[in-house]
Amino acid sequence: MERVGGWLVRGYLGLVLVFLYLPIAVMIVMAFNRSPLYELPIVFDTVWFQALAKNERLLTAGFNSLWIAIANTIIATALGTMAALAFQRYSFRGRTLMQLLLFPPITIPWLIIGTSMLVMFFWLGIGRGLHAMLLGHVALSIPYVIVVVGARLKSFGTALEEAAATLGANPWQTFWRISAPVMAPGVVAAALFAFAVSFDQFVISYFLAPPGVSTLPVEIYSAIRKGFTPEVNAISTIIIVVSMGLMLLFARLYRFGGER
Amino acid sequence: MDVQQRRRIAIVGLTAPAYLWLALAVFLPLSAMLYFSFLTVAPFGGREAELTLKHYRAFIDKPLYRDLAWISLKLGFHVTLICVLMGYPAALALARYVKGRWREALFLLVVLPFWSNALVRTFSWTMVLRGDGLVDRMIQAVLPWAPSLDLLFSYPAVVIGLVHAYLPYMILTCYISLQAIDDSLIEAARSLGASGATAFRRVILPLSVPGLIAGTVLIFVPVIGSFMEPRILGGPRAATMLGTVIEEQFTRIFNWPFGAALSFILLGIVLLILALSYPLLRRPMQAM
Repeated sequence: MERVGGWLVRGYLGLVLVFLYLPIAVMIVMAFNRSPLYELPIVFDTVWFQALAKNERLLTAGFNSLWIAIANTIIATALGTMAALAFQRYSFRGRTLMQLLLFPPITIPWLIIGTSMLVMFFWLGIGRGLHAMLLGHVALSIPYVIVVVGARLKSFGTALEEAAATLGANPWQTFWRISAPVMAPGVVAAALFAFAVSFDQFVISYFLAPPGVSTLPVEIYSAIRKGFTPEVNAISTIIIVVSMGLMLLFARLYRFGGER
Repeated sequence: MDVQQRRRIAIVGLTAPAYLWLALAVFLPLSAMLYFSFLTVAPFGGREAELTLKHYRAFIDKPLYRDLAWISLKLGFHVTLICVLMGYPAALALARYVKGRWREALFLLVVLPFWSNALVRTFSWTMVLRGDGLVDRMIQAVLPWAPSLDLLFSYPAVVIGLVHAYLPYMILTCYISLQAIDDSLIEAARSLGASGATAFRRVILPLSVPGLIAGTVLIFVPVIGSFMEPRILGGPRAATMLGTVIEEQFTRIFNWPFGAALSFILLGIVLLILALSYPLLRRPMQAM
């Protein structure tokens, strides 16, 4: 009886995983299919990857995405970590309110935030473009960074820093010798999060992209809408393999490095 | 400089950059949008705008827009329900029946799709759901008499794509609350004569309600605001709902004040849902 139950449980989990991974697998297989109309049977070919290498639009969009994501990661991680430090190290009036203010950017649908940014940036004369997208991406990443770094700081408390100060370390030394190493795993996780928020961001970029300037998700979306897509399969395959690979690597490092 | 003053400078210096950024890019735009929803026209290019309630009244008066909101709510309900029915058993299996390295590996596999692009995952379904696609061929090979599976550009396709996008949330939140249940509680129930089913109904299920609620909110809110998935998977036939109509107002029709009013109606629905679930969510949120 127990064994039957065990097999049922495993079978069910297997089905859920099939559901989660089947479309991704099909998409990757089709990236290597010669037919531009996804016709079967599959004829193995890397023609779409070669076409991708010459597709200026997708490549430019890819570089735009990468630059925005990198700039976003640096800015959002720095600003968010600073705020998280203030929240954990000082108690002051308005702190609870400030922490509550982190929830709207996370919970309000991106459609509403994106259209609001479009209205506001247009009104202020900031306009649309890569700079507007960066402005938006950073704002959406900051709350995640504060939450992730804050959780890490909270789990360590202030005892170590107080000990260092008692033993004669100045605030600067305390920060670099104690606080920074303690925070590091949280900051790395937050940076990764910020990168993903920006690199995968479609909705905000979609509303803030002027004609002719786009990021990878915006470019992929318009290619899908136009209907010619094997090159999109190729680039999607690259994105999926790289992002999942990085995540697996990170999961290993985090387990074996950070939590000890 | 005394200690108090230095403290204040440190607090302001550390928090101001992040919060000024949030104010400029999130809170100010939301306020501007609220203001816009009460204007007759967008005040650009020298046009005179007056204050009005007509956009909100249009929503109440015209059945078309109420129907759109209703379609969005129904979609949110369907997607969330399917996520509960699929995700809760999976979370239960992971948390209580799978042990050790297997659990770690399976858990990682469940949350991994999170880290891949949502747009790409939606796109991948177009390949699976189209008529005469790979899955269609596979079904035909096993069951030659089965009707051709051509779901692309239909309401079920939108539901499938959204369930695929949000199922990991439900598994994750349910798993966290299920895993936190102390085994001794279940052993106590069993030793006092409860059957397995009774122990589940009286002990496990009530204790995992916070996870279910958290997952429901995390799924329902973005689904009723979605427009990309309905556009790609629903096509022209099944993509008319609140999210896609709001998108159109801003990108094609350029009636920004009306789009703003619809956005705030959507936001009102979201806030209502959050308010209703707040008493149930407060405990898990404090633990965060």
